[in-house]
Amino acid sequence: MQPYELGIEESLRALEKGTLSSVELTRSCLERIEKVDGDIGAFITVDSEGALMAAEAADRNRAAGSAGSLCGVPVAVKDLLNVKNLKNTCGSKMLENFISPYDATSVTKLKQAGAVILGKASMDEFAMGSASETCAFGAPRNPVKKGYVAGGSSGGSAAAVAALECAASLGSDTGGSIRQPASLCGVVGMKPTYGRVSRYGLTAFASSLDQVGPFARNVADCARMMQVISGWDEMDSTSVQQPVPDFSAALTEGLSGMTAGVPKEYFTAGLDPEVEKIVRNGIEALKARGANIVEVSLPHTEYCVAAYYIIAPSEASSNLARYDGVVYGFRKEGENLLEMYKNTRSEGFGAEVKRRILIGTYALSSGYYDAYYKKASQVRTLILNDFKSAFTKCDVLVSPVCPTPAWKLGEYKDDPLAAYLSDILTLSTNLAGVPGISVPGGVTSSGLPVGVQLQGTHFAEETLLRAGWNLEQELQLPAGKIDI
Amino acid sequence: MNMKISQEDVQHVANLARLRLSDVELATMTGQLDTILSYVDKLDEIDTTGVSPTTHVFPLSNVFREDIVRPSLKQQEALKNGPETDEESFLVPKII
Repeated sequence: MQPYELGIEESLRALEKGTLSSVELTRSCLERIEKVDGDIGAFITVDSEGALMAAEAADRNRAAGSAGSLCGVPVAVKDLLNVKNLKNTCGSKMLENFISPYDATSVTKLKQAGAVILGKASMDEFAMGSASETCAFGAPRNPVKKGYVAGGSSGGSAAAVAALECAASLGSDTGGSIRQPASLCGVVGMKPTYGRVSRYGLTAFASSLDQVGPFARNVADCARMMQVISGWDEMDSTSVQQPVPDFSAALTEGLSGMTAGVPKEYFTAGLDPEVEKIVRNGIEALKARGANIVEVSLPHTEYCVAAYYIIAPSEASSNLARYDGVVYGFRKEGENLLEMYKNTRSEGFGAEVKRRILIGTYALSSGYYDAYYKKASQVRTLILNDFKSAFTKCDVLVSPVCPTPAWKLGEYKDDPLAAYLSDILTLSTNLAGVPGISVPGGVTSSGLPVGVQLQGTHFAEETLLRAGWNLEQELQLPAGKIDI
Repeated sequence: MNMKISQEDVQHVANLARLRLSDVELATMTGQLDTILSYVDKLDEIDTTGVSPTTHVFPLSNVFREDIVRPSLKQQEALKNGPETDEESFLVPKII
């Protein structure tokens, strides 16, 4: 077994025993990246030198008896979370040469815990997309099957973990961008409750929906990552002052006394039969572990795509106004200031980003605000109420993550609405601000991974991790195949 | 067919958003935005009379902190990512 094959918990055991050093482990991951990432494209930036320095420091700290909870563990960070002195491209030509002057809070927390940052993971441009194909520097590929997408927008973060290039990674989830690529690549991915993890240093897409979260090879590793990054931050006034429980300690209890709700609207037409079969099997697994299964209803589910694709682009159109070629990022000269703005933004942004800026600007423009933004925000209330009502009947919601397994690269190229509709099972989570996790449920007959989605009420990450851990234990899936 | 949005509307919005669209882009975007906005009309199926809008899931308001002077980015660091700068400022095309 090579060191890069180790997950977080296994790495830590070897590091603690002294049978492996962080430098050896980091070198092994860097060699793995060197060998496979040409085919996978999970990384935009690899920081070999910085990673090896961090690994040396981790080894020294461990020898001195001051090892943090991720001491010496190699991780990747989505390329929209600032890591000081590394590029933060957001998958866009606009920020191709932007170098972060500071660390995002989630990154600071990783560093304080002793994690080794290997580099920055590929993603859809400004996190806008469902397959990472809007990235200006090429889309990451699904490590499980050649020719297929890794999902998005955190496709690189998911692919890097699935291809064993790093033990774990960070991504961000605005409408499914952690859970969906986790499902498509066969790894664990968690979107925490809105406000659980600081957004400071996370490049903003839609500020009322964005949340930072981890990818890992198993639920226990995911719990450890969650422990490190969670918590109130004075630098993010929307982070919430809520105690952070011991996520790892909660995992191993059984599920007796837990009720899992099956939202009937998540199992309607358009759901791939193989995906349904795998998720139904997951529901049986939860039952076998002692969970009580009930059917519940989230009646406004069919409206979430329409509401989301007004709210998220509206917020994006405002957030992305900052890219004007003045204080940072790409600039294309023009004969006056206005021309410079237009030249910069027209050349710096890709088509999907422009499309969303146009939708958002239109929805917020004079005369249309009530019909679009206000209406969508009212529907958001109804979606939130659906969840509140469902969680009076159950502790977790269990469903598919995405209606289909991974699709072929290029499939949705000219049909943005079809791509948006594929997000229908993950968008409501963000509109309601509740936590969600994708845990591998199995593979289709053609070998594509399918995740099981668990959603919980606000701040119920502990419950989700416990249900996810039990699911994983019950299913005992073989290690994912890698097709490189 | 009744279009939700015309090329003139898209041109207007593009100008508000400081984007310039080529003729081809304008035609493609108009078609795509029309499809998306027609789909969004689905929201009109729901009666939202009296429903208050949610812009934020937790009703946080006035998150205050003490106004204490703290170190922040140094001027030279802040200027580092600037596309065009001199010793102490960002440079832009002539405005007046």
